[in-house]
This record gives sequence, C-alpha cells and structure tokens, in this order.
Amino acid sequence: MNRRSFLTTTAATAVLAASGLPAFAADPLKIGFIYVGPVGDMGWSYQHDQGRQAIEKEYGDKVQVTFMESVAEGPDAERALTQLALAGNKLIFATSFGYMDSVMNVAAKFPDVKFEHATGYKSAENVATYDARFYEGRAIQGTIAGRMTKTNKIGYIGSFPIPEVIQGINAAYIHAKKVNPDVEMKVVWAYTWFDPAKEADAAAALISEGCDFVLQHTDSTAPQAKAQEAGNVYTFGQASDMSAFAPKPRVGSTIDNWAPYYIERVGAALDGSWKTQATWGGIGTGMVGIGEITSEVPEEVKAEAMALKDKIGAGEYHPFTGPLNKQDGSAWLAAGETPEDGVLAGMNFFVEGISAELPK
Amino acid sequence: MVGGIDIVTLGATLMVASTPVLLAATGELVAEKAGVLNLGVEGMMIMGAMGGFAAAVTTGSPVAGFVAGALAGAALALLFGVLTQVFLSNQTATGLALTLFGLGLSALFGKGYEGVRPPPTGKVPFGPLADLPVVGPILFGHDWVVYLSLGLVAAVWGFLKYSRLGLVLRAVGENAGAAHALGYRVVGVRIAALVFGGALAGLGGAYLSLVRVPQWTEGMTAGAGWIALAIVVFASWRAERVLIGAYLFGGITALQLQLQAAGYAIPVHFLSMAPYVITIIALVILSVLHRRGAQAAPADLGRSFHAAR
Repeated sequence: MNRRSFLTTTAATAVLAASGLPAFAADPLKIGFIYVGPVGDMGWSYQHDQGRQAIEKEYGDKVQVTFMESVAEGPDAERALTQLALAGNKLIFATSFGYMDSVMNVAAKFPDVKFEHATGYKSAENVATYDARFYEGRAIQGTIAGRMTKTNKIGYIGSFPIPEVIQGINAAYIHAKKVNPDVEMKVVWAYTWFDPAKEADAAAALISEGCDFVLQHTDSTAPQAKAQEAGNVYTFGQASDMSAFAPKPRVGSTIDNWAPYYIERVGAALDGSWKTQATWGGIGTGMVGIGEITSEVPEEVKAEAMALKDKIGAGEYHPFTGPLNKQDGSAWLAAGETPEDGVLAGMNFFVEGISAELPK
Repeated sequence: MVGGIDIVTLGATLMVASTPVLLAATGELVAEKAGVLNLGVEGMMIMGAMGGFAAAVTTGSPVAGFVAGALAGAALALLFGVLTQVFLSNQTATGLALTLFGLGLSALFGKGYEGVRPPPTGKVPFGPLADLPVVGPILFGHDWVVYLSLGLVAAVWGFLKYSRLGLVLRAVGENAGAAHALGYRVVGVRIAALVFGGALAGLGGAYLSLVRVPQWTEGMTAGAGWIALAIVVFASWRAERVLIGAYLFGGITALQLQLQAAGYAIPVHFLSMAPYVITIIALVILSVLHRRGAQAAPADLGRSFHAAR
C-alpha cells in the first residue's frame, strides 16, 4: 500500500467512524508498520515486510495490516505514527533505531495503542522493544572470513558508529583473529543505512586496499555487485539472504527473521495478554538466521562455522568471551567472563587488535 | 601507491563515480543557459535509472537501456516544459514537484525490478592502450558512456561558445524579451533545451543503475541530482568548470572512503563532508579568479516568459 491509498483508507475509516456504526465483535485488529527504507531494499526493510506478510498469512481476517515505507527518521516519523494511531491501528511496529523518540512522544498521546520499537532502548507501559543479536551472526562470518582470506585483510562497511554496528565489527574481528592470527580488519564508515552508490564506492575502496572479504552493515546489495566485478572477493548477505549473488561472491549471510516474533506479539495483542517487554533474541530463538553457506566455502570451514552456530544457538558459547581487552589495551573481560547485556547494548569501543579509529 | 592510496583505483573509480553527476549537470547547464531553472533533476535522474534498468533487463541490451533512460528523463522534462513554458507555472515549485513525482513514479513502476541483475555494459576495447601502466586502467578501462559523457561536455562547451544556435540559446536565457523581438521562438528554444537536459539527466540515472551500482532500488539516486544542480551554480554556468566540479566531487568522495580504508587518522565526520566543502571552495576560487562568479547567471534565469503581442 502506498501513501495515497493509505490516505484513502484513513479517510474511509474516518467516515465510517463518524457515521456512528456500532463496532462489530469480529472487527479485525488493525496493525500498522513504518519502515525506514523501501521494502525493495532487499535488506533491512524487506525483511521486516516479510514479517508483516507472515502476520497476514497467520491471522488472515483477524488482522488488518497497513504499512508506510521510506519514512524518514525525525518529524516525518512522528507524523506517520500519529496518522497510523488516528487511523485506528491498535498495534504499531516502528522498525528503525531513529524512530525511538518519535515512538515515545506518540505513545504518550495514545495510551490505548500498543507500540513496538525495533532496536531501541526506551520503553513505556505501551511501548515494547525488540532487537536481534546480529553479532552472533557476525561471529560466524568472521570465522569463515578468517579461514578463507588469502590477503589476511578483511573489510567492513559500517553505517553509523552505534553500539549495534560496533558489536558486529568486534564480533567479526574476534572470531577471524581466533582462527587466523595474522588477520587485519579495515573499517570504512558510510554514514548511511542505504545509498547504493556510496556503498559500492566503499566496497571498491576496501577491495583496492587488498581486502578479499567485504562485510557490510548497510542495507543494499551494491557491495555484492562490486565484489562480483572484482572477481576474487567474498561477501555475506546482510539482513536478507541476498541469494541472488550466491554461490559467489556471497558465501553466507546473517538473516533477520522477525516473523516468529511478530506472530507471537500479534497473538498476544489478539488474546489480550500483550505486555510491554524488551526482547533481544539471537540464533537460539531463531531471530537471527544463518543463510546457506555456499559450496565456495571448504567443507571443513563450513563444518566449523556450523558448529559455532550450534554452540551459540544452544547458549553454550557467547561470542564475547574473555580474555578480551579494549583497543587501548585496558582490560575488559577476564578469562571465561561474558559481558552483561547492558554493557553490550552500550558498546562504544573497539577490541584490542583493530587498528581503525572509532569516530566519537 | 601514494601514501597508502592506490592511485590507479582512485582514478578509475573517479571516472565512474563522477559520470552520473557530470551528465546531469551538463544537461542542467544547457537548460539554465536557456533561462529555465529546472529543480527536478533528481526526479528525471531516478526516472532514467528506473526506465533504463527496466529496458535493459527486458531487452537484454544495455544500449537499449541507456536510450530508454534518456527518453524517460526527456519525457519528464517535456512535461516540465509544457507546464512552465506554456502554462507559465512557477518554475521553482514545478521543479520540486517534478522531483517528488519522479521519485514516486519510479518507485511504483520499479516494483518488479528489485533484486534483478542488469546485463553488463561492455568496456570499450582500446587494445594495447588499456594495458599501459597507470594511465591504461584509469583512462582506457571504461565503458562507452564515460567517454560519451566527456564528449558531450566538449560538445556543449563548443555549442554554447561558437555556434549560432548556441548564441540564440544564450540570448533567450539572458533576455527573452529581446530574443523574442528579434524573432526567435523563446518557448521553443527553452523546451528544446529542457528536453536535452532531461535526456542527459536520464542518461546519468541509467548509468547509475546499469553500471555504477548496478541494480535498481527505490530512491537510489540518493541526492545526486541535487549535487548536479549545485555544481552548475558553483561552476558559474561554464561547461569546463562543470567538468572540474563533477570530477572533483566524485574524486574526493572516492578518496575519502579510500583514506578511511587505508586507516588514516582523520576524523570520519570531516572526511564525509569533505567532498561538498572542497568542491564548493575550489569552484568558488575558480570563479573569483575570473571575476565572473555571481554575475555569470543567465539574466532571465527562472523567469517566466510570455510574449505580449
């Protein structure tokens, strides 16, 4: 649904409401989504939209779901959220970090509307948060990259220096280093979630620096296209599987799988058991999926990666397990120690061994 | 390698990265020289990116894609021309509307083309030239659109400076009333200039989706059209400076990412604003040196013309 047909539905709903029709018992639960990018980005927003479609499939007539795509973070988000709330949506999913304050403001004005904010840390009676442990997937990418790199240089396209992204860089580096002590990590900050041309240039810069693995925390498939052009460079799918580029250059992926969570939360809203909460799921809960590891990856490396995945999924291993030092050499985790979630969620430093500077 | 930066890669990336902006800016230069301010460059570019991509995927021919991209941009420009030149709508508002219209329309038509890969655009076979050290990969390793864009800049420069038609076009932009009194068809010239500008913007857009990225995604121009507009102003409406501006911008954009990759300890925020700041400073210095900066704008730029008979 685009914005225009959204407006029409809104208007129609307003007319119905004004005509004073009695509410039917079988009224569907109205659910709204806002996405930061286009659903066709094949990455982040695409994956949230897959979750939205899963809700429709699961609950059919019991729900009525609308979405608005490419809603800019900031005032526009507040307007979009207000519009969704006014249109009678009782459960609203806001799917980007930057929507956080808008969600809090709008939620305060509509206490009977339930809000769910992805990747945020502020909550209220009617605002729940949910996030995925993407760093668990990064640990697996790091392992594969560390084993397979020939140049011992691994490139990483960062979006913004926020904890979620820093966790990913650290996790990838730690696990690459673990299997290959000579490995070096190069980081380029794109300062965008989605700008295919810039992402392509960032990939080209990393490749020209000799990186034969390019990891990314931006949402388009442009880096995959660049890697393919270069020929001997590998990448991973980000957020979505990006399987169009398999078996090479894309050799694996970290997939955000929001569908089970969305289905569960909509179910809770339908039966009245919805309560505010903070969810941080990972491989174990299925929120983070690992796409097919392709035939380009040697069997023994694949086995090692899958074993790591199983251990993380079973909760036997934490990607941040000490001994680990911070970049400046100061101690962070003692041997065998793992960090608390609160520390991880506020991570603002690189681990020891990464030479790139973290922008402050 | 100079200071950890691979000059060959930088040079090669620069040529490719600058081409979309260069094409769009050259087109806009012609339109503005005719006295029309078309702020819809972004919209025309994205329509070119979408139309070109769709045509290339459907026919399997990148050439058909570039032609379709140019046509899509030209069609949108024609719409703008009819609205502003015939119906005398406000150019600023119509241009802004054109951008929004193009962004929306391309998103709508582009739905089925997400995640598809376009046919590859071949490189021009320069034979032994391409094997020259350093110069070869930088200058002779590209597809034909890169060379076409350079040719177009030269052609536009020559056309405006030396040809009679170019003189008429400039007269229309400087003083539409006088040109009309001399018997020139102001509206016709302006619409022709607009359509040419739209075609180049569309071509630039198609280059983005077919070569530079290459894929189609909604909103993929990500502001390239606005940069093209800015470059025309800072280049004080001269084709050769548009070339300098576009290459400087593309070059520094690529360079800042390379500096990051090479691990230079320059604050990243500074690096990411550098392309804008340095391009503007360089072009301002150029126009100050030649003392024609602010006065260089066509006198009738942005003014509607209506022949009072």
